[in-house]
Amino acid sequence: MRYPFPVGKSDFIQGDEAIARAAILAGCRFYAGYPITPASEIFEAMALYMPLVDGVSIQMEDELASMAAIIGASWAGAKAMTATSGPGFSLMMENLGYAIMTETPVVVVDVQRGGPSTGQPTLAAQGDIMQAIWGTHGDHSLIVLSPSTVQEAFDFTIRAFNLAEKYRTPVVLLTDAEIAHMRERVYIPNPGEIEIIDRKLPANEEEAKYPFGDIHGDGVPPMPIFGKGYRTYVTGLTHDERGRPRTVDAEVHEKLIKRIIGKIENNRRDIISYHTYELDDAEIAIISTGIVSRSAVRAVKILRDRGVKAGLLKLNTIWPFDFDMIEELAERVKKIYVPEMNLGQLYHLVKEGANGKAEVELIAKIGGEVHTPMEIVERVVG
Amino acid sequence: MYLRSAYEIRDKYLRKDMLPTIFCPGCGIGSALQYTLRAIDDLKLNPDEIVWVSGIGCSSRVPGFVNFDGLHTTHGRALAFATGIKLANPNLKIIAFMGDGDAAAIGGNHFIHAIRRNLDVTVILINNFTYGMTGGQVAPTALKGLRGTTAPYGQFENPFDIADLAVSAGANYVARWSVFNYLQGINSIKKALQKEGFTLVEFLSPCPISFGRRNRMKTAPELLRWYQKITVPLAKAKKMPPEELEGKIVIGEFVDRDRPGLVREYEAYKKRAKKMMGWEE
Repeated sequence: MRYPFPVGKSDFIQGDEAIARAAILAGCRFYAGYPITPASEIFEAMALYMPLVDGVSIQMEDELASMAAIIGASWAGAKAMTATSGPGFSLMMENLGYAIMTETPVVVVDVQRGGPSTGQPTLAAQGDIMQAIWGTHGDHSLIVLSPSTVQEAFDFTIRAFNLAEKYRTPVVLLTDAEIAHMRERVYIPNPGEIEIIDRKLPANEEEAKYPFGDIHGDGVPPMPIFGKGYRTYVTGLTHDERGRPRTVDAEVHEKLIKRIIGKIENNRRDIISYHTYELDDAEIAIISTGIVSRSAVRAVKILRDRGVKAGLLKLNTIWPFDFDMIEELAERVKKIYVPEMNLGQLYHLVKEGANGKAEVELIAKIGGEVHTPMEIVERVVG
Repeated sequence: MYLRSAYEIRDKYLRKDMLPTIFCPGCGIGSALQYTLRAIDDLKLNPDEIVWVSGIGCSSRVPGFVNFDGLHTTHGRALAFATGIKLANPNLKIIAFMGDGDAAAIGGNHFIHAIRRNLDVTVILINNFTYGMTGGQVAPTALKGLRGTTAPYGQFENPFDIADLAVSAGANYVARWSVFNYLQGINSIKKALQKEGFTLVEFLSPCPISFGRRNRMKTAPELLRWYQKITVPLAKAKKMPPEELEGKIVIGEFVDRDRPGLVREYEAYKKRAKKMMGWEE
């Protein structure tokens, strides 16, 4: 098929543009959104490309509708995505929960800006980490990915679609204004070079009768999409394996919610991804995610030059969170530093993971600027 | 029109394992549902190509009872979900079963924008002037003076006229009946289902338990007599002075036109895009 952008070669593009192109290569054919800085360029790129690849791009009346529309599109069989920033992400929370409860594969991009409220629309932040993980109500789990370069924004978008389809769950791509608007060299692969995962469809009528069961024993039921004659009923109410509402049955509720959480938790090894840098013999560990990791890499280099055995753990997956790995690391190092562009959201997770085995110190920065490497170095060497 | 027995309709289209329904004695939702199923049956539409969507509330439980693909969504957002379904697979016909609070209050924004886009959907709107499932709070359609648990001294706000609103926003077909207008109701739904774009059939529907009880109309027959008092056929209403229409509800067929629907508009848009990019002639 013909693509509206060059494939099989590198291009010098913004993070938002990279996300849009990756989505199309991942098979996304439905985009619904509402304009918001600094995520609008994703929408603008989708608006340009989608009609050309026979996909849909539609500007909805608000973020609630955008999230609703992509869930509808997913049940009609399309791979679907929306993108927003913090305030719009807040509006999506109701339907994000609906997507979790109904096990609908969708991708939601949150390009973080300074908050709360309207905050700093044009400046970067990492203040939505907790919102991405726990923003919607009730007991739940989902997948949150966090890129630190424009290339990663591209690669992780494709991964987000694959994970959403594989586990029938919403996946949040949590990026920020800095990556969204930064231009970098990105390799745009040929479609043949990319691994694409599609959702499991029912093999027969019998399988289709249990759209919320566990007939394959992996916690992920096949998804009987609309229009195939399966007559599937989908509800956000607590439902049994066949999708029938069972709202006052404690056992049914517990079984459903535990399976939805379990299909993510039991596949942590597959979902969790991270990069390490100089960590093997480190006495000082820096744990970071997203844009801050780039300053952290430089900080580690400077610290090593100064004789400090520092290393970096860069988290590519924020949720599910690898608490065990953090505890093992805490047992090996003297101290852990967590630089992040908020007043301590990743820090809380790391501290819980470290479980008292090492001291954990937050290097917080808010206001819209990324930490300079020296700001990290100075905190480490005192 | 050949009138099948209600049993035949029930056996053909309802999910037996979901019965009985949650509806109270005297509720009008079952009637509106029956009319919709009769319309589908009469038109010989393929159930595999129909998706029912709904929001939250009593009427929203309907997709669970009918043996079709169905999406029971979040409060007020049925039409936003429907937009995704329809554009992702235009072959599907969509029926949205909604309540008055669902459509005009929490979903008011989605409602007017779905109509503005002329989304290809048939809305069956149950208007009972109340939030039945949550226990009888006032709805945005409640006429002045009507009581609800959140307006114990009588509603002091102005009501929405949903049919009027839909006509102004650009719907292709709008009709309003009470659920006691049996044949008009079925015929309107049949018309609505055959048309492109946004079509709406609103039903004044009795809710004796949550609404009637608080407004001195404890049974469906009492509500029926009240409907007879407050409803005015469109032709008659046109000749009445505005002051006489105060507190009345006009019933009838308000608009029937053929503006292009969203699916057709988007298909043309795709063609235009490819042409502008030089991909196609």
